[in-house]
Amino acid sequence: MAGRNWFSGDSPLSGIHPAQWLVALFFLAYPAFASDFFTYQIGAYSLILGTISLSLMMLAGYGGMVSLAQMTVAGLAGYLVAILGDNSVGVMGLGWPWWLTVVTAILSAALFSAFIGAISVRTEGIYTIMITLAIAVAFFYFVRQNYALFNGFTGFAGVEPPTLFGVYWRDPVPFYYLVLAVAAFFLWAVFYIARSTFGLGLQAIRDNPRRMHALGYHVPFHRIVAYFLSGIIAGTAGVLMVWFNGRISPGSVGVDVVIDILVIAVVGGMRHPVGPFLGAIGFVLLENFAIDLIDRERFNTVIGLAFLLVVLFSPDGLLGIWNRLKARFRAGRRARPDRERANDPEPASTGSFTNQ
Amino acid sequence: MRQFIERHTFWAIVILLAIAVLLWLIFAVWPEWLVDFAGRKKTFVNTLLNGLTLGGLYFLVASGFTLIFGLMRNVNLAHGSMYLLGAYIGYEVAEASGSWFLGLAVAFVAVAISGVALQTLVFRRMEGDDLRQTLVTIAISIIAADLMLAVWTGTTYQFSPPEWLFGAAELPVVSVIRSSGDAVYIKYPVYRLTVLGVAVAVGIALWLFLNRTRIGMMIRAGVNDRDMLAASGVNVPLVFALVFGIGAGLAGFAGVVGGTALSIAPGEDVRYLLASLIVVIVGGLGSITGAAVGALIIGLAEQFGLAYFPTYGVVLTFLIMVVVLAVRPQGIMGGRR
Repeated sequence: MAGRNWFSGDSPLSGIHPAQWLVALFFLAYPAFASDFFTYQIGAYSLILGTISLSLMMLAGYGGMVSLAQMTVAGLAGYLVAILGDNSVGVMGLGWPWWLTVVTAILSAALFSAFIGAISVRTEGIYTIMITLAIAVAFFYFVRQNYALFNGFTGFAGVEPPTLFGVYWRDPVPFYYLVLAVAAFFLWAVFYIARSTFGLGLQAIRDNPRRMHALGYHVPFHRIVAYFLSGIIAGTAGVLMVWFNGRISPGSVGVDVVIDILVIAVVGGMRHPVGPFLGAIGFVLLENFAIDLIDRERFNTVIGLAFLLVVLFSPDGLLGIWNRLKARFRAGRRARPDRERANDPEPASTGSFTNQ
Repeated sequence: MRQFIERHTFWAIVILLAIAVLLWLIFAVWPEWLVDFAGRKKTFVNTLLNGLTLGGLYFLVASGFTLIFGLMRNVNLAHGSMYLLGAYIGYEVAEASGSWFLGLAVAFVAVAISGVALQTLVFRRMEGDDLRQTLVTIAISIIAADLMLAVWTGTTYQFSPPEWLFGAAELPVVSVIRSSGDAVYIKYPVYRLTVLGVAVAVGIALWLFLNRTRIGMMIRAGVNDRDMLAASGVNVPLVFALVFGIGAGLAGFAGVVGGTALSIAPGEDVRYLLASLIVVIVGGLGSITGAAVGALIIGLAEQFGLAYFPTYGVVLTFLIMVVVLAVRPQGIMGGRR
């Protein structure tokens, strides 16, 4: 129940909080005061990672399906851009026009995601993690071994976004705004989906699949459609990712990257679409500046510890900490303990899978 | 057995025929047309044996994984890290003491202790919350992989097992008959055959332990109904810790056995985690027999894929998983939950 009051009570679009205006303004004006490094390597990169994690948040938060294959889906889209479009390696690179390449890449990624969904939805809960992890690792080994199509260990380089309207889209500022627009659109889309009949059905299936089945809903189909939609999000982010890096290789879809996406979503918080972006910003900042705190080599230990602490002490991530602080603050001011309970999100928000 | 033949006569005949064909393929001298069609017999028999030994190794790793899940409903994604940790510890001890067997024993015990610590310190805090437990194991595997990289660096290590495990054994299988009339026998490394033997022994020991001892009875009861077991006066947390210890210890044990057969390097943890995942998905989560069947299928599939169509070997493994999930989502030996 607590999960729904995000969406039913105060609609996030009609009554926009002043703080939200400020955040939006900050993101729009960000390149004006940030250096190129901060605009591109920090700003755009966090937004891309956030968008991929958003696709995971949509599946996990609303559908209760924790898929570890989201980076794999994004990676497939990235690979397809390199294969169908142009690259400088000399393998594949069919030279399709950019719009056809992008549309094909995104749609293929979405279909791949739906396929992953179709494989995993027949099983419940914990199985989903295992199956999607197995798919992700298998994809990694496959692209590493396959030279004919994916150019094996080296992968592809020299993948460029098109020059359109006289703008070279890989320049930091245009690229930042492109990514920002995509991220904002998908953030809005996820809000919209969550409040639609489909989204409500998905959330109801998460809470009690058996009852929804008895009510006549086609549970697996609902879930597969959710996978398809999340595949569109992840695929689009994958296209942006390959434009951002200019290259893609098996390392881009390796296990550590796949798990990074999960870390970002969990650390940010999976109960609200903003969570993944919060997590992504934290992750990218840590990735770039942990070098000042500790040895660069031990970055994974730091990120693992952060992840461990969040999972142990705040299962709903940074957002959960924020909500709890807010609730405590309010309760202290009004001295109404019952209100605190009403605002406190469920403690087991990442959820147990047993529905019995 | 008899019941099975009576109930599924058709399948019994198919299985018997398949076994007969397989035996013929192994022991007969291949005629010309078969060699033209499927390559040399030596390749086939070697691939078969490689697949069997790899399956044995996978069984060693996956049995611990599935044992832990069966009782605690806890998917331990740090299982691959335990494999690698066992391998490193075993290597250090074997190098320091000069005894490979001591390394094996210490690896088992040390990783078992780490497993018990994990169970008591972390999992007991969040019982019944499967997703959180799984996330914690992911976090632990990230940290463990990074720390192991820091301690043992990216170098590849190679065990030196005892002398008598080295070398090749001549199998009573004829590969070709020379024109002079001499038969050429197929040779195979002794160590790999030992791996297979160890896997079978561990499998039988686990079966006996689970089905013939008092503690095994408690574990089986815990799999079926944890609360009833606690209500009948058994110290369930103790049983949990014990099972976690054995499961983790098996991973460490497999680390030394597998590290000797192949080698130890960073990244092996992910490889064996993937293997365990696919083995238990195919075989059925929580079933030891399922782990054996799954390990055999995946080991064979991987080796045959590698020998006969190299770049698409992973796809074969993956396809097996997809087909099993489509036909029998709970796995070949998995019961309905």
